[in-house]
Amino acid sequence: MEIPAARDPVSAVRDVFGDALLHVKAFRGETTLVVASERTADVLDFLRVSSGLVYNMLSDVSAVDYYPNDYGDAFDGDESDYRPERFGVSYHILSMLYNRRLRVKAFAAEDDPRLPTATVVWPAADWLEREIADMMGIVFEGHSDQRRLLMPDDWYGHPHRRDYPLGKETVAFSFNVDEIHQHKPFARD
Amino acid sequence: MAVAAPPQSPESIEEQRRWEGSLDQLRGLVSERAMTGETMLLNMGPHHPSTHGVLRLLLELDGEQIVSCLPDIGFLHTGIEKSIEDKSYEKALPLTDRMDYLSPMSNNMAYAAAVEKLLDLDVPERGQIIRVVCLELARCASHLVWLGTHAIDMGAMSVLLYAFRERERILGMFEMLSGQRMMSSYIRPGGVWRDVPADFLPTIKQFLNDFPYKVDDYEALLTKNPIWKDRAQGVGVIEPDVALAYGMTGPALRGSGVNWDLRKAQPYSGYETYDFNVPLGEHGDVYDRYLIRIHEFRESMKILNQAVSRLETVKGPFRSENGKYCPPPRSELGQSMEAVIHHFKLWTYGYDAPDDEIYSAIESPRGEIGCYIHGTGANKPRRVHFKTPSFIHISALPVVAKGYLLADMVAIIGSVDIVLGDCDR
Repeated sequence: MEIPAARDPVSAVRDVFGDALLHVKAFRGETTLVVASERTADVLDFLRVSSGLVYNMLSDVSAVDYYPNDYGDAFDGDESDYRPERFGVSYHILSMLYNRRLRVKAFAAEDDPRLPTATVVWPAADWLEREIADMMGIVFEGHSDQRRLLMPDDWYGHPHRRDYPLGKETVAFSFNVDEIHQHKPFARD
Repeated sequence: MAVAAPPQSPESIEEQRRWEGSLDQLRGLVSERAMTGETMLLNMGPHHPSTHGVLRLLLELDGEQIVSCLPDIGFLHTGIEKSIEDKSYEKALPLTDRMDYLSPMSNNMAYAAAVEKLLDLDVPERGQIIRVVCLELARCASHLVWLGTHAIDMGAMSVLLYAFRERERILGMFEMLSGQRMMSSYIRPGGVWRDVPADFLPTIKQFLNDFPYKVDDYEALLTKNPIWKDRAQGVGVIEPDVALAYGMTGPALRGSGVNWDLRKAQPYSGYETYDFNVPLGEHGDVYDRYLIRIHEFRESMKILNQAVSRLETVKGPFRSENGKYCPPPRSELGQSMEAVIHHFKLWTYGYDAPDDEIYSAIESPRGEIGCYIHGTGANKPRRVHFKTPSFIHISALPVVAKGYLLADMVAIIGSVDIVLGDCDR
């Protein structure tokens, strides 16, 4: 079977999706396509099935929080600085046939972070997105399972956000032991 | 934005203990038959010995057959990714040891390779060879634990004792290199912590002489053992397209016959210069994944033999000599003011990394372990994320286990080789 020649993912996505491709960046040999957040799943599906691209595997989904002040400014042309919203979610996809990787990135707004789920494209996205929903508080619309994954179900807040404090265990001495037992009522039992 | 939990009136302990769950919260996650009691819901773990750590599975059983399976993880979540955000790049490295605690060297490598990519830092040849030696030893050590525990899960008691005997020798070699048996933190950004000590080469040569015969011993115990074959063949079959859709990597993917090994496909640390094969399975069952790991012992031996002979001939620095990123040798501190400045700067502040993102992946004993780093332009990362093979493999467990017997679940969990520290991070 003859393998079709590899196509450039940037021009292929630009031809089909036009304005939904917001930005392209290259850093250390990695290409990042920033796409409009509501089209993420469509772009990923296109990249998976189109001949000459065949990004058949989802390696990773990771989210980054640009809090407190590294986002939302007018784009000044420095290509690593394209950060219109607070949260960035990157899909790292891999084409085994052409042995190359690509990052598809979408941004989610601070007050109501929402993205369409990619579980329809790859089932592998299921837990990776649940982890992000748990740790970053980004809602993946259409995801079949909205429970928390790593943190307990009654946990408050999203630990990987940059405004979530790192936290520490206060050491109990005789002068503060009563105060500590007040926050941790079951520590004595 | 408020971050502290709002104070709640504490219920009494008795009330908390008298918890009776309603089945309603499982609606949609298990089949409707479980709601009427037609099928049985059974908790497996988090203390079950065959769950290799603290994995809890909620199984829905029809007789002995698994109808659905809900993995529950997070018991070993330690917030490593969050902690790294508050550490300089080099000081975060010891945390990565604690993820996949059966092959810490692979985690070190995944993190170090990612930092090197972010900084655009080169590793000298001798450093790369030492890394390959460490990574392949780690692969053997990890597979030995897998072999022993997998066999014990399936009822073959004695293999564990043999496997751990050889693992002790590998851990002894790690101690020689790094001073630590398990949490070695030996592979660092730019190279390795220090050169191999003088008695390391004779020790590893002795090990390389003995180990192939030990692998023969394991095979003699298991490969043609009819009980083992009965338990393993045709069980836990993963179709190649399922493996790809669920993002499985490593022996779990190669067991299904997909030829994908990052050491061959996207070589790092000079793997392209070594001569070795990638064993592939045919049926994708538990038995094929067992055979693949046994063959990987032999392929690792091949790589180690080549790497050890290179260690004897290739001399030179074991760590990058770029003083901005790697500390100077101790001997220079008495003579060079520049070395003192570099040393002081590195251990107090660290180094700045660009405000940009990279993803780099290596082949760990369990599969692709990837590291995503987003820098801030200063000495601490904005976000570090590890894509770990155990996480992906546990997410695929429900599909793999569906339709098999409860007793096969133990074999399936063992054969995809999960480590919960790797999964929860």
